Amino acid sequence: MPEFTVGTLTRIMRECVRDAEVDLSADRIDTSFEELGYDSLAVLEIVARINQELGARLPDEAIETTSTPRQALAVVNDALAERI
Amino acid sequence: MSAVVTGIGVVAPNGIGHEAYWSATLAGVSGVGPIERFDASGYRCCLGGEVDDAAIAGVPGRLAAQTDRWTQLGLAGTELALADAGLDPSTVDDYRLAVITASSSGGNEFGQREIERLWAHSPEHVSAYQSIAWFYAATTGQVAIRHGMRGPCGVVVAEQAGGLEALSDARRALDSGAVAVVTGGTEAPLSPYALVCQATSGRLTDAADPADAYRPFAADANGHVPGEGGAMLIVEQAGRAAAPYGTIRGYANTFDPRPGSGRPPSLVRAIRLALQAAHVTSEEIDVVFADAAGVPELDRIESDALRAVFGPHGVPVTAPKTMTGRLYAGGASLDVATALLSLRHQIIPPTIGPAPDPRYELDLVLREPRPATLRNALVLARGYGGFNSAMVLGAAPGNTDGAARSDGPHRTDD
Repeated sequence: MPEFTVGTLTRIMRECVRDAEVDLSADRIDTSFEELGYDSLAVLEIVARINQELGARLPDEAIETTSTPRQALAVVNDALAERI
Repeated sequence: MSAVVTGIGVVAPNGIGHEAYWSATLAGVSGVGPIERFDASGYRCCLGGEVDDAAIAGVPGRLAAQTDRWTQLGLAGTELALADAGLDPSTVDDYRLAVITASSSGGNEFGQREIERLWAHSPEHVSAYQSIAWFYAATTGQVAIRHGMRGPCGVVVAEQAGGLEALSDARRALDSGAVAVVTGGTEAPLSPYALVCQATSGRLTDAADPADAYRPFAADANGHVPGEGGAMLIVEQAGRAAAPYGTIRGYANTFDPRPGSGRPPSLVRAIRLALQAAHVTSEEIDVVFADAAGVPELDRIESDALRAVFGPHGVPVTAPKTMTGRLYAGGASLDVATALLSLRHQIIPPTIGPAPDPRYELDLVLREPRPATLRNALVLARGYGGFNSAMVLGAAPGNTDGAARSDGPHRTDD
């Protein structure tokens, strides 16, 4: 099963917010989306794009408790693992 | 308390920034042509006044992703206006900075794209930003967020009349303690969906050649050309800026009686009330920026109103919007900007197009700009559905000092 990587998340975030500067390097991956400059609408937009790419539907309750990129990667990979 | 306009940010089909716009306008350079943003050849109206994309090149990608073109034009106009005013918002208390804009139709193009996604794919494909991007208040909100303005904020939706109403509300915000207000308005009505909506008014021209289209006050007027853009303005209390463009002296609005009521249209009442509010007589108005609908019945109503207040050929009248098309919420805002530039430079910009129908008895400033002593300008705007607005703008002190005469002999008394 393909893993949902930080590279994929970075690309999706760049496309969603049209910002080439999106940077999820090691020192930022545990920073909250809010502190990275993504408000709740931006997070909704990112989640929608992930769902489209993966043909998945991430559970709402998992999204609500996700506040950092690392947590988002975990949620997506859990969802992908459950699909197998 | 005196409300002055200290900054002008123009994003118009015939010029970006007020310098470029003003020289194009004086030279009679039109920004109207065949619509190029999409293939409009199958539409009844295929002409438009389009703003060069360079105008919005400075809007950051993150903001562009969540905004309609209309808001991007507003953001760009705001940057120009703040720079022009020499006002750095970070130096002012957030809660004393206000944003009050006009919007006529909201985020058309963004909305159309998302509706297409909804029908072609699924609700999940609709952007989360649709929830804010289409909404009339989006420009006000994005400008307020971008510049940290937390004072009174609002939006006025009154089609073409909204641009004047927003300025009036801006003045009210100063009365309640705001130090500066970002106001004015923009519009981006050149998408297929927006054009179809406008067509229901029956007021769009079906001319294919710009030379035949939007001929306000002509005997063969055939409707208007839609255009995009507008102007953002900075309104402040008199005092901070050394050289404001002019003063908002008075404003009034009326609403027309319902069709078929037998009662007369109320534009003339709006004019009289605005003069009263400004404490000026009709003799003190040196130029009128007309609403200039370009529809015979509406042109007749406007010229009747002008004749009633100023007498036949009683005041110079102009419609520089013949070079941009009607910009809806952006239209009256741009007219205010143009009137202020006119007061500053003591010259009336021209109307382009054919001579007016002599029955209207208008002194229309045609094709060439006309130097004149300009103390006060009257700006008129009507919005589809019955809105009438009139605003009196006064020249800044000193602007008319060097003029040859203090009393224009060019007018007939009321």
